[in-house]
Amino acid sequence: MGVCLATSGPGATNLVTGIANAYLDSVPMVALTGQVQTWFIGKDAFQEIDITGITLPITKHNSLVLDVNDLAEAIKEAFYIARTGRPGPVLIDIPQDVLTNICEYHYPAHADLPGYRLPLQGHPAQIRKAAKMINEARNPVIVAGRGVIISGAFQELKQLAESSQIPVVNTLLGITAFPTNHVLSLGMGGMHGTAYANKAIDACDVLIAIGMRMDDRLTGQVSGFAPNAKIIHVDLDPAEIGKNVRVDVPIVGDIKKVLSALNKLISASQHVEWINDIEQWRTKYPLYRATDCEQLMPQHIMKHLNEATHGDALLVTGVGQHQMWAAQYYESNTVNSFISSGGLGTMGFGLPAAMGAKVGMPDKTVWCIDGDGSFQMTLHELATLVQDNIAVKIAIFNNGYLGMVRQWQELFFKRNYVGTPLTCPDFVKLAEAYCIPALRVTTQEEVPGAIKQAMDHDGPFLIDFMVEPEANVFPMVPPGAALAQFMDQPKKEVTAWPRQNTL
Amino acid sequence: MATTKHTLIALVQDRPGVLNRVASMFRRRGFNMDSVAVGHSETPHVSRVTIVVSGTTATVEQVRKQLAKLIEVIKVVDITQDQMTSRELALIKVRATSPTRSEIIEMTDIFRGNIVDVGADSLTIEVTGDEDKIESFLNLLRPFGIREIARTGRIAMVRGGTTGSSGEEKGISTRSREHVHISEDVE
Repeated sequence: MGVCLATSGPGATNLVTGIANAYLDSVPMVALTGQVQTWFIGKDAFQEIDITGITLPITKHNSLVLDVNDLAEAIKEAFYIARTGRPGPVLIDIPQDVLTNICEYHYPAHADLPGYRLPLQGHPAQIRKAAKMINEARNPVIVAGRGVIISGAFQELKQLAESSQIPVVNTLLGITAFPTNHVLSLGMGGMHGTAYANKAIDACDVLIAIGMRMDDRLTGQVSGFAPNAKIIHVDLDPAEIGKNVRVDVPIVGDIKKVLSALNKLISASQHVEWINDIEQWRTKYPLYRATDCEQLMPQHIMKHLNEATHGDALLVTGVGQHQMWAAQYYESNTVNSFISSGGLGTMGFGLPAAMGAKVGMPDKTVWCIDGDGSFQMTLHELATLVQDNIAVKIAIFNNGYLGMVRQWQELFFKRNYVGTPLTCPDFVKLAEAYCIPALRVTTQEEVPGAIKQAMDHDGPFLIDFMVEPEANVFPMVPPGAALAQFMDQPKKEVTAWPRQNTL
Repeated sequence: MATTKHTLIALVQDRPGVLNRVASMFRRRGFNMDSVAVGHSETPHVSRVTIVVSGTTATVEQVRKQLAKLIEVIKVVDITQDQMTSRELALIKVRATSPTRSEIIEMTDIFRGNIVDVGADSLTIEVTGDEDKIESFLNLLRPFGIREIARTGRIAMVRGGTTGSSGEEKGISTRSREHVHISEDVE
């Protein structure tokens, strides 16, 4: 679990985006901020800011400790709250005098929180009802989210899917909850989900939502989401059930416990016709592989990354087109090996998160997949990367644009490219300035060699992939449309827009 | 779906900023709070918050769940469907001259209010009851000239032996709760 320290005032406010990101993506985290001395509080003292007030709506809990005797209890509570139940960020604001005061140390064995109880076991009657619904379903579909990963319910999910032959769609943050190469896996659903995943959600008669929160990027227009389906929603957080989408069978509880109870009641079935339907969609609307392109396309990079890492690396992304390409094409074989910013869509998430991932799992190969726009939002972290010698491999999908917004401008605003063309620095020279070895790749042929060189190097490495500037992410469900109304990859790529770049 | 008024009771830990957390949650999620009343409960260090909220059943259910999610909120109950006693207290300062004073006092008696302050040309009246009763009293006083009104917002309690501290568990969405109705409404 992540812990971060910041000083009062600007140090604390600089944490806000990170905290909000953790809040929306249920990431356990404790933030410790310094505060001015207790007697200065409320006086607008130097570097005094009301950080508990600022972070109130973006933390699972927060507190201002005014007495050193309360400090141990506050720390105990913070860690307990952050990592249990639905995880989330907790902030403790500690005035300077509280930090330097001395008291008798008593660390409580338990956090005393009468208002914090965790509904662990699902309601048996609801589980029976869900089981009956699943057993009677003709076209069932599972949508698995990050809750499955948090709960460690991979085996249970797999058993549910396999015993009853139910296809599995993943949310963005749930990508590794179910093996991507499994025959029942339909990949990611939603705005940039696979066509067959969205078709399956559209046509299913029972939708089993597990550990996900019906985010609008997944559901599309809510009235058109799984229009013919009865919906079973399993989640630890009761407030997520029925918040965005009507639910027929709500089950509040720990995913692992609920699924293992549910699995006992599921009878084996094949759903032959349904699986056939889906296979036909899979054949009719496959993910675009860019085999007809001579230019360097993001798909080529993802293909070689899959081959080089065998789906065993940790992939950490920024936010934008590159993130969607990574989500669509990464063939993960390892649970929890895809880290991305979901709810907040925080550009600049990639590099610092990849560094955290590498520090947390030093034996893993960690790839930071970033865009040229996203990367520039936090590229100053290269200093920390070098200072602490964190061996992150950075792949920049450089298209000279804030590509996702450009894509919307192209598709929905008549190519009125406002604010999206980027004048990027020379990323290779930038990396070299930090003494990080780097390569520029401009053709398909150079990709595998560059990836190998990066992985063979013992330490951080940067590759600047000069990809097709106007490549778009498809399929795409237009904003406000239902999932079934996805746009597929057009047959011909649009011609390139003149690139504004220092290169 | 129809918008109705719901009465929610929240038992909260008596800690600094807890009311701010409750109010902030309402603001941030766009829920409408008609009134809120806070005071001590029967348990030390536990405050009782009575919130009147307008919304559809689904919205209010979401309000209830979001409230229950706050760490310092121990328990939330929607008692709208229960037999409940609800009261509000109002202090009303009304213009009163010698020709009108006795009429106002008479009406105050009918509404079982109390005159709590007498000025040269005004009376301050304390009256309790549900919102309807206070509204009708205010309507009757209006022609005399109301100078100031202070109202507390609704507080409420389920009738009979059930207490707000028993029954429903925090975070579980069942809402039917049978209890024997023993007391009679006196108003």
